[in-house]
Amino acid sequence: MKEIFFPKRMWRSRGELKRRYDVVIVGGGSHGLATAYYLAKEHGAKSVCILEKSYIGSGASGRNTTIVRSNYRTPEGAAFYGESVRLYERLSKELDFNLMFSQRGHLTLAHSDRALVVMQERAEVNKLLGIKSSVVGPREIAALCPELDLSDRPTWPVLGALFHPPGGIIRHDAVVWAFARAADRRGVDIHPYTEVTGFQQSNGRVTVVETNRGRIECGQVVSATAGWSTLVGDLAGVRLPITTHILQAFVTEPLKPFLDVVIVSSQLHVYVSQTDRGEFLIGAEIEPYTTYKGTGTLSFLETSARHSLELFPQLERTKLLRTWTGLCDLSPDYSPILGKTEVDNFHVSTGWGTYGFKAAPIVGVTLAELVATGKTPELIAPFALERFHTDTLVSELAAAAVSH
Amino acid sequence: MSFVLACPHCGPRPVDEFAYSGEVTRRPQSSPTLRELTDYVYFRDNVAGRQREWWQHRQGCGEWFLAERDTRTNEIISVSLPKPGT
Repeated sequence: MKEIFFPKRMWRSRGELKRRYDVVIVGGGSHGLATAYYLAKEHGAKSVCILEKSYIGSGASGRNTTIVRSNYRTPEGAAFYGESVRLYERLSKELDFNLMFSQRGHLTLAHSDRALVVMQERAEVNKLLGIKSSVVGPREIAALCPELDLSDRPTWPVLGALFHPPGGIIRHDAVVWAFARAADRRGVDIHPYTEVTGFQQSNGRVTVVETNRGRIECGQVVSATAGWSTLVGDLAGVRLPITTHILQAFVTEPLKPFLDVVIVSSQLHVYVSQTDRGEFLIGAEIEPYTTYKGTGTLSFLETSARHSLELFPQLERTKLLRTWTGLCDLSPDYSPILGKTEVDNFHVSTGWGTYGFKAAPIVGVTLAELVATGKTPELIAPFALERFHTDTLVSELAAAAVSH
Repeated sequence: MSFVLACPHCGPRPVDEFAYSGEVTRRPQSSPTLRELTDYVYFRDNVAGRQREWWQHRQGCGEWFLAERDTRTNEIISVSLPKPGT
């Protein structure tokens, strides 16, 4: 009885690296762990490991603003993210872990006629795919979010919004931990603080993964390394159309709950939600220059604070609690890059920009299927790396460029 | 912390005054294959280390120039005006 009062490890502590794994997954974030979990669960994979250069969930999985939604602009994107939201809806039960998924509704504000037109397009694409999404006017916005400043005081008054009822927020650390625990229980070896330093290849296949803790023979490799994708790709000789940028966010001190929807404004470059702790969680746009230095900027705080006050002037005297950055892997068309590369057994999940976290479960399902069967699932076929060579892009600019 | 960039004309200014225009790429031959063209348009080195890149002093004199920057630290190593034909 006494033991219930002691914290238990959620997954086994790091063991020795085995000499060989059938599948080596680089990156211990939500994508890598989900892929490992579904490989073990759906395809009975017995020999899978996760290599993470830092602690589990240390990258973008633990730094995003936890928004989950599927109201994308392209049919390819909306279908893909729609499936992800459906998986998230079942995930707490499946993984036996309270992920605190709160489908509180998601409002993307329009401050111009042009924005309203784009939102109408998105709503129509979404409806065709069975995704709840519609354009609403100020009166409906006021009913959903009475605290939002809908007057003509702001520089860009709110004209309407794209309303997406199934959108919401989730506890991102819990998603990482739940996938890690479930993968571990199915025999996946999780190796934190294990950095990949190189790949040995023969006949166009990766045969050995070199790490700072020794070498591993491998059957297949999956790189799910977000902002570091280019560097891991370089080690395998796979060139990617990716640039790495920082994205920043901050939370305020906890306030009395008054916001129970997610508010996004592309015009103002902010997205705002109130966490279960009462903090206002506010994210912004990526810094325009590429960098691997994850340090925040004062200009981000100034701009985001000013823009948040356009929406919620009552936050005026609120103090900031903390701020952080994450590395984003931006693709040219704002759609992900998923699946096969020119190296036969080296697969990637990259190009996630500022929207990777919401796709974790569906990435896991589809990449696991690809690794297990060798065939690219239909849902991710449009997101192949090959599209940049054939110039058949999937432009998600309208719905993803300003993150969330 | 954001960083300070020295415009070749105006001197050191906060990076927010400048527009970033990506790493220096090599233009393909006059009649490129689709592969050469897509490689030039989409694919990037995205190095973690010293990178030569284009900047424009958009909120200042408007000059386009080249900088060499370490993307791991954002340290600016040098700035220069492009030679004709770059």
